[in-house]
Amino acid sequence: MANFNMRTEKNPMPSQDPNVRNSNFLEVALGYTEEQALDEAQRCLHCKNHPCVSGCPVNVKIPEFIGKIVAKDYEGAYQVIHETSSLPAVCGRVCPQESQCEMHCVRGKKGDPVGIGRLERFVADWHNAHSTEAAAKPASNGHKVAIVGSGPAGLTCAGDLAKKGYEVTVFEALHLAGGVLVYGIPEFRLPKAIVQKEVDGLKAMGVKVETNTVVGRTITIDELMEENGFEAVFIGSGAGLPMFMHIPGENLKGVYSANEFLTRINLMKAYREDSDTPIMDLKGKKVAVVGGGNVAMDAARCSKRLGAEVWVVYRRGMEELPARHEEVEHAIEEGIIFKTLNNPVQINGDEQDCVKSMTCVEMELGEPDASGRRRPIEKKGSEFELPVDAVIMSLGTSPNPLIKSTTKGLEVNKKGGIIVNEDGLTSREGVYAGGDAVTGAATVILAMGAGKLGAKSIDEYLSNK
Amino acid sequence: MYRIVKKEALKPTVILYEIEAPMVAKKAQPGQFIILRVDENGERIPITIHDYDREKGTVTIIVQTVGATTEKLSHKQQGECLHDFVGPLGRPTETEGKKKVCVVGGGVGCAIAYPVLKKFHDCGAEVHAVVGFKNKDVVILEDKFKAVSSVLKVCTDDGSYGQKGLVTEALKELLDAGNVYDEIFAIGPMIMMKFVSKTTEPYGIPTTVSMSPIMIDGTGMCGGCRLTVGGETKFACVDGPDFDGHQVDWDLAVKRNQMYHDFEVHKHEEVCNLYKQEVK
Repeated sequence: MANFNMRTEKNPMPSQDPNVRNSNFLEVALGYTEEQALDEAQRCLHCKNHPCVSGCPVNVKIPEFIGKIVAKDYEGAYQVIHETSSLPAVCGRVCPQESQCEMHCVRGKKGDPVGIGRLERFVADWHNAHSTEAAAKPASNGHKVAIVGSGPAGLTCAGDLAKKGYEVTVFEALHLAGGVLVYGIPEFRLPKAIVQKEVDGLKAMGVKVETNTVVGRTITIDELMEENGFEAVFIGSGAGLPMFMHIPGENLKGVYSANEFLTRINLMKAYREDSDTPIMDLKGKKVAVVGGGNVAMDAARCSKRLGAEVWVVYRRGMEELPARHEEVEHAIEEGIIFKTLNNPVQINGDEQDCVKSMTCVEMELGEPDASGRRRPIEKKGSEFELPVDAVIMSLGTSPNPLIKSTTKGLEVNKKGGIIVNEDGLTSREGVYAGGDAVTGAATVILAMGAGKLGAKSIDEYLSNK
Repeated sequence: MYRIVKKEALKPTVILYEIEAPMVAKKAQPGQFIILRVDENGERIPITIHDYDREKGTVTIIVQTVGATTEKLSHKQQGECLHDFVGPLGRPTETEGKKKVCVVGGGVGCAIAYPVLKKFHDCGAEVHAVVGFKNKDVVILEDKFKAVSSVLKVCTDDGSYGQKGLVTEALKELLDAGNVYDEIFAIGPMIMMKFVSKTTEPYGIPTTVSMSPIMIDGTGMCGGCRLTVGGETKFACVDGPDFDGHQVDWDLAVKRNQMYHDFEVHKHEEVCNLYKQEVK
């Protein structure tokens, strides 16, 4: 371990050429080769305080797994990650490492931090390609736990509880498990086969997955606990209803919420010839995506792949874009045009009520607001018309009211998010919650962290009951 | 998988399917809907529930064969399974506390109007019914309607059966004859519900319509089913499907529902070609 690699740049990620990938749905980032992984792993100095670990919401033992890579013990590296993270192949792809583990890396002080996310992905992909060992089903401890939602929070919670011998059933409203990992994040960023593999792994551990079950409609939380013998419930039902701007023209034909647009593409595969689900034909059309988060980048890059010319319209500046840096870089490389410091004020339709343009106003940044970001202010008289055929609103979501309205005594905050204490416990005994259902739209890894906490708290609750 | 325990063609293109779905049957209420997918690459389509049998664990839907998905569905035989069937979705229709109501159904919408009408009847209301069809050949459920309504008007567009003309004309006759209703409930094609609402507006009678916009998940995630109601954006899947007919922005709702018309026609042709049959 003495041979550290002191190069200041991290190994670049091999990727599909931007002008090729912007017309296919295959994965953009191709992953490190073994040589690249070994070279990158040697950049880790194994410093004493390992600040990277505390930067990770699930505290993956980062230097330890990187050490295993250096020793070419890739399966060992996987096992180290898997101790604390249930979904390594997912996190290696979609985590915002630059604001988590890599932000704290000492190598980042003089040059690039170690490519921790890329190494995690290498290890997870190596495991998926080489490991033949099926996950063992632990002996049951006789306790039944219900999980609402099969997104990152629910899957993580299910995995952690199943490892401890709990009999876990995950209830999913859609026809496929994975939540936002299947309906939201596109194939080119997170291949669905990877998500399926994770779900299959949980099933091998004895987790039951009930799709087509809408908790709050098909069955309620009270029924799960009173009639079906579940002693604890974890709610990881996700973000909910898409938000709109409440500007004129928002319900015209050709205005989508990002959720609808992405669901048609990712879950329903509307871009494929063999899918029965329609989507607007965007070949040669102009699309405006409103918003600057990861979901906006996904919607923009999907639109590009469907053949459109794409603008991202965002009211703050490039610096303030909330999306992962890599997503923004990829979007720029793929030819997406950023119209930052612009805000829509009206969407205009033709005589058929189809979108024909969007009126925007220029913005400038004022004093920081409550969120600490500089407040965007309209420039008077700067309105202009952007000719577009479709508008995709990507402004975030507000929590789904379904579970709240059908669960006695479940308290929510002003915004509709479920209220939990530091253990993830809701106002109902035995009912825990985490992920976007609690925080509003956030990241996969934060949801996983909440799922982990939920599992730990449920285990403590049921062990002491 | 969700088995078709009974399939019955009420008319050549109007088919009743009784589906094994115990969890849905246990909870279903009049006015709610389900979402189904026929096969693995299938589209998710919302269909309002016609009937349910909690003991048998079945849910009955009546579907008109109009597009690719309903065409595929029509080729499924009794004993075969649907890939997905989820529900019950949406809020149940409010049927309590009404003394006298009129239910207006149009075409296959009558299949959905029936359970609502029956629930009004079971809740003790006096029920009048106006049902409209294109012609005699597509009249459905007349006996069922007759059994639970004190006045039943059957209309056909061409006069080949019952009263000639539109449901709005028959409804107007009932209103002008001095019938005072606590509520009018309309369900059928959007254009019919629009004109029922326009007809009742001058009489000031609360009018509820059951909306069936384009939808994907049906649980409040995608926002595809949004409508403008009373100037506000509402989601049919969680706020509806029932809305105040006098508040709905009808023109926009009708146009939004046409969004994928061309795709639908094309896909329907494809499916018909697959089964080597003519496009109806």
